[in-house]
Amino acid sequence: MNLSKRARRALGAFSGLVLLILYIPLLVVLVNSFNPAKTFSWPPTGFSTKWWSRAIANEGVRTAFVTSVKAGLGATSIALLLGTMAAFAVARYTFFGREAISLLVILPIALPGIVTGIALNSAFTTFLKPFGIGFGLFTVIVGHATFCIVVVYNNVLARLRRVGATLEEASGDLGANTFQTFRYVTFPTIRSSLVAGALLAFALSFDEIVVTTFTSGASIKTLPQWIFDNLFRPNQAPVINVVAACLIVAFALPVWLSQRLSDGAAAGGRI
Amino acid sequence: MLWLVVAYLGSLIVMFVAAFWSTNDFTGALVRKFTTNNFHTLITESVYRTIAVRSIVVASIVTIVDAVVAIPIAFFMAKILSPRWRRIMVALVLLPLWASYLVKAYAWRTIFSEGGVLAWVASPFNIHTPGYGLGATTAVLAYLWLPYMILPVFAGLERLPDSLLDASSDLGANAWRTFRTIVLPITYPAFIAGSIFTFSLSMGDYIIVKIVGGKSQLFANVVYDNIGTAGNLPFAAAAAMVPVVTIIAYLLMVRRSGALDNL
Amino acid sequence: MIVTIGNGASGCYLEGMMKLRSKKRTLTLSTLSIAAATILLLAGCSSSSNSSAGTTSTPGAAAGGVPNVPLAKALGQGEGALNLIAWAGYAENGSNDKTVDWVTPFEKTTGCKVNVKIGNTSDEMVTLMKTGQYDGVSASGDATLRLIYGGDVAPVNTSLVPNYATVSDFLKNQKWNSVAGQMYGIPHAWGANVLTSNASKVTPAPTSWSAVFDPKSPYKGKVTAYDSPIYIADAALYLMSTKPDLGIKNPYALDDKQFTAAVDLLKAQKLIVGEYWADYTKAVQSFESGNTLLGTSWQVIVNMVNSDKKVKVNATVPVEGATGWSDTWMISSKAAHPNCMYKWMDHIISPKANAQVSEYFGEAPAQTLACAQTVDKNFCATYHATDAAYASKIYYWTTPTTTCLDGRGRICKDYAAWTQAWTAIKG
Repeated sequence: MNLSKRARRALGAFSGLVLLILYIPLLVVLVNSFNPAKTFSWPPTGFSTKWWSRAIANEGVRTAFVTSVKAGLGATSIALLLGTMAAFAVARYTFFGREAISLLVILPIALPGIVTGIALNSAFTTFLKPFGIGFGLFTVIVGHATFCIVVVYNNVLARLRRVGATLEEASGDLGANTFQTFRYVTFPTIRSSLVAGALLAFALSFDEIVVTTFTSGASIKTLPQWIFDNLFRPNQAPVINVVAACLIVAFALPVWLSQRLSDGAAAGGRI
Repeated sequence: MLWLVVAYLGSLIVMFVAAFWSTNDFTGALVRKFTTNNFHTLITESVYRTIAVRSIVVASIVTIVDAVVAIPIAFFMAKILSPRWRRIMVALVLLPLWASYLVKAYAWRTIFSEGGVLAWVASPFNIHTPGYGLGATTAVLAYLWLPYMILPVFAGLERLPDSLLDASSDLGANAWRTFRTIVLPITYPAFIAGSIFTFSLSMGDYIIVKIVGGKSQLFANVVYDNIGTAGNLPFAAAAAMVPVVTIIAYLLMVRRSGALDNL
Repeated sequence: MIVTIGNGASGCYLEGMMKLRSKKRTLTLSTLSIAAATILLLAGCSSSSNSSAGTTSTPGAAAGGVPNVPLAKALGQGEGALNLIAWAGYAENGSNDKTVDWVTPFEKTTGCKVNVKIGNTSDEMVTLMKTGQYDGVSASGDATLRLIYGGDVAPVNTSLVPNYATVSDFLKNQKWNSVAGQMYGIPHAWGANVLTSNASKVTPAPTSWSAVFDPKSPYKGKVTAYDSPIYIADAALYLMSTKPDLGIKNPYALDDKQFTAAVDLLKAQKLIVGEYWADYTKAVQSFESGNTLLGTSWQVIVNMVNSDKKVKVNATVPVEGATGWSDTWMISSKAAHPNCMYKWMDHIISPKANAQVSEYFGEAPAQTLACAQTVDKNFCATYHATDAAYASKIYYWTTPTTTCLDGRGRICKDYAAWTQAWTAIKG
């Protein structure tokens, strides 16, 4: 595109500035993880690695991390499936109640988390108990999925609305069967929006605390819950800075890989 | 799975029916008798109106700030950067999402505190930091939900054909005009998608305002404060209607503008 | 060109969905099932409330409509598991810090595997207890009566808890943990909400709550207050000595006029408040950064601020007295593991464990013998653990109910009213 050099530079500088702002709090987190003060007051009173060694010796955080990853993956898979289906139904077909679906899907994040949480808790108690399914990972996954669906749904829907159905029609007219059309036409079109949706859904699930409180029961604990607990536990709060710093490093690779995946071979294939 | 959806909806319906109930003032047990008292209180007590308006204003500002920041950056990522840098940039935008919401909120608390990071940076220029309050709350919410705006907008722009932009400039449009007449309309549905997140996440949040809001409160706090207390589920359910109705109104507005169907 | 259903992506699913949504018959069916679900839930709710309403009307039930929940007569074998709701730091199993562990020894001796759910606020604890999925809770006084009157907890047979005998006397049979002489839990530990001030910036150190209620305070914008409806009691406590004609006897039992006076005082106070605090990480940070110069806080906050050596703060129980908290371990009326819960209640107030937990959390142990077991030998003195005179100046958090706690009848404001007033105060 023919943008003047000045415009490009201005855009670049602006983006750089935004990135900087995005990372300043994380820098504060990192600096504070070496701050000996017990409640990360500023400026740091010295340099200490005691929070790092405490975090490393901490078993609770590792268990919580694994639980959170499992819950996030589970919720994201459900959200991908249901969110895509709902988006297709709304974008490609007309049927009674179509308007209601958007609302239905958005409701769980529109409601304050505590309302969703209590509603889910009573739903699970009423409908799962008879089947002997107690509160645990499964209920957390289902709980998270309810508000993750909207992320996938919105991303895919925005894409579908923009692309239109003509390509799929053409594919069908040229003799492709359903599967082929999906594999070669539809999927590449929506792939990057799926990845974007999945990443946001996972992030949302990975960070959720209020709904989790009411759907997790006593036996499991997710990472945000662990972090919350530590803010309320004496002499432990700065450990969460260490954990946050580690999380960023731990997720850098998967996030980058997922980006490669979304471009893939179809990078040049713009419509 | 469908069964669970039904169950979930069922319990939501129960909660909203509960909005028309009251509690026994002695035992705190639910009294299942129709009353509009809760709504009456919500509407007549000016404090709830004030808080509701405040929350809507905060959520709107958060959405606008996020959009203003997200559209240029998403455009830069989608149309100017090479694919390789684009991937790195997307990863960089996404990464802060993993640093736990609470940890980031507390980092912002350090930034806004007296003698904190902002005061440090600003003091040589003789600027006073705003400290904790609604301004800080809005800033932190905008910060937290920014990736939820950038990504949909980016995904929308990514598929915008370069040829369209070229055609526009070939026909003599300058960059600003191209942006206004081509890029913005095409970004619109993506912006709507993003705004639904930023707006509703801001409406539903009660923790940020507790951490950096000073003595301020938002509507989600009202719901939260009432729900656990002795059987005040009815009032909380009635209060929870406010964000829901707001968001429904927003969706209807979007639909009326016809933006979603014209594409 | 028309795409037929099934030609698009994931056609089979879509077909299913289309059928479900487009045909009127199936639609009504799904509406019906939602309705059925609603009815089921309604039924579920009403049956539970019926039972509590039923016991309320039972003649001879304990005073003032307490649901009739049976008292345990004897203890059997442990059930092998125990699900607790606790404040962070109350049930540590060494997974956060290997040296902080009083759960593992309990698990070893009793065979009860302990699962802990951290409750972040009293309100959350009450809500979680109502689910019936937990055996016990470490409830503060602003939650206990709600649990008792809600029928969510059972009375405790203290003769089955041997260590109860040596618990401080001033914690036994109190308004927040018993009804009509029947204990509903075992006291865990207690603390006062102390008046805290920055030692270098606030001189002389205030000795009256007037420092935080004076609208002309020189520390405007630097005052902090506790962010909970229960803080209204702090205002009532102050009014008790400054406006005796209001006739407040108990800061948790306020009639219309007294309540309005307290609320007005807090509305005026808001003008000088810089921020409200609810978690103590926030409070410590505020004092250290100088955002807050004076206000109410806890002994543990004071200790933490002083140990970071950045700012020095003074703390005192002012002349008017102070509010405070006293936590109680309560057993659920629906406990699946009652024997393990009884064993836990005995364990947590055993001298060793009670010393560990109160020293870790920073509060006064309920167990008098715990003072000999603390690492810091001055610990009990710092916290005034066995000082009955100090304790008598403290009005412990108690849930306000319509039946006045001071026995004036049913003219008081309940906690729901306090909550709505708190919203109005914060504006």
